[in-house]
Amino acid sequence: MEDVTTANVPPALSTPAPPMSLLAELTHRCPLQCPYCSNPLGLEPKAGELSTDEWRRVLDEAAALGVLQVHFSGGEPMARKDLPDLVRHAVRKGLYTNLITSGVLMDQTALDQLAAAGLDHVQLSFQDVDEAGAGRIGGMNGAQAKKIEAARLVVAEGMPLTLNFVVHRLNVARIPQMFTLAEELGARRVEIAHTQYYGWGLKNRSALLPTRAQLEQSERDVAAARERFGTRMAIDFVTPDYYADEPKPCMGGWGQRFVNITPSGRVLPCHAAETIPGVEFPSVRKASLSGIWNESDIFAMFRGTDWMPEPCRSCDRKEIDWGGCRCQALALTGRADAADPVCRRSEDRATVDVALAEASVGAEDFVYRRYMRQP
Amino acid sequence: MDDISEDRVPAFARGTRLQRDRVREQWVVQAPERAFLADPVAAEILQQVDGETPLRTIIDGLTAAFEAPREVIARDVLALVSDLADRQVLIWKT
Repeated sequence: MEDVTTANVPPALSTPAPPMSLLAELTHRCPLQCPYCSNPLGLEPKAGELSTDEWRRVLDEAAALGVLQVHFSGGEPMARKDLPDLVRHAVRKGLYTNLITSGVLMDQTALDQLAAAGLDHVQLSFQDVDEAGAGRIGGMNGAQAKKIEAARLVVAEGMPLTLNFVVHRLNVARIPQMFTLAEELGARRVEIAHTQYYGWGLKNRSALLPTRAQLEQSERDVAAARERFGTRMAIDFVTPDYYADEPKPCMGGWGQRFVNITPSGRVLPCHAAETIPGVEFPSVRKASLSGIWNESDIFAMFRGTDWMPEPCRSCDRKEIDWGGCRCQALALTGRADAADPVCRRSEDRATVDVALAEASVGAEDFVYRRYMRQP
Repeated sequence: MDDISEDRVPAFARGTRLQRDRVREQWVVQAPERAFLADPVAAEILQQVDGETPLRTIIDGLTAAFEAPREVIARDVLALVSDLADRQVLIWKT
């Protein structure tokens, strides 16, 4: 069977096909400070967060629109006291509920509440396999022990668990130990995801981007784990597209499969889209989710293929990778409507090759993810 | 595909389920970080998976309902449940 959350389905000409997945960023608050966080550089304060009732309405609208799965994310979504209420509400609406968490706020009581609410699955992030490596990235003492305890609790509850490891030049050598840890903890799914270079990750790219030799070793390590575990463990592997010759089909195509809602209710085609200048980001506080999905400028902007410049427009891969990532094009070329510069056919490929040259040297220091002082 | 005894009882693993997608008018299998489109044949088979009914009974029931050769139905059922067991969607109760 085909995974319909990622399959390429060309959008209808009139009304766009509805989204499959909702990434609900409940808060940007988080005890960790990972320097590759997918949140924007300008983190949203607690005071601006959607209320419980507002999220309930959003979940109603998402289910009615055709969303099948809701991913509760953050920041750290467990920092929201109403998380079990939101899970229960989503379950009642027939939505599949996934919690994407760092695990550092998990305990038996919290898990019991989530299980009673009907939570379907937990994706637990690990920054490394040991306390020292994890602390260097997350910046929180004792985080690794809390994560291991969280994994034990979830497995003991019988809930399916995915361990997520974001890998980069400092920890990529330990992929075999990551699989061993997952096996010891009883996780049946593992995601090894090379860092993606937007926002915080882009800011710290020279300290994070692996060398080509490291990338190739990571590919061998993942292949070996697949061989070793067979069907006992499902393994997802996300490669760093800087080393690829063709871009990834970012979000399965802009405005085609995914919708992202920020803590304050702004609706985005992807979590990095707020970097795109000159366009208004609609809010669930002012418009319905279906209205935003079907009619807003931001979702229409890069949906389908009509917006494409060359070399995408005449490319036979244009409905495979959909021109790649708009935010990456913007970050590296200054133009959100340029071809993704990862592509060998892009006139801006040199902007990626410069980063690869830097990666062969590397940098030492991080800018940690923190709230910045308001001006 | 390994030979699977028709005495075995499939069940949906925790965190997976068959669900009607009313917006798109189709059946989907919901699973961790995935949703699989169930074609009409798969949907008919999976609606019989309740964690109590053995494969033999599922195959017999579908053979009667669709007036198709039992061996054809059995092949479809065994191929599907084997595939979904490999993907951690189905587990074996016995």
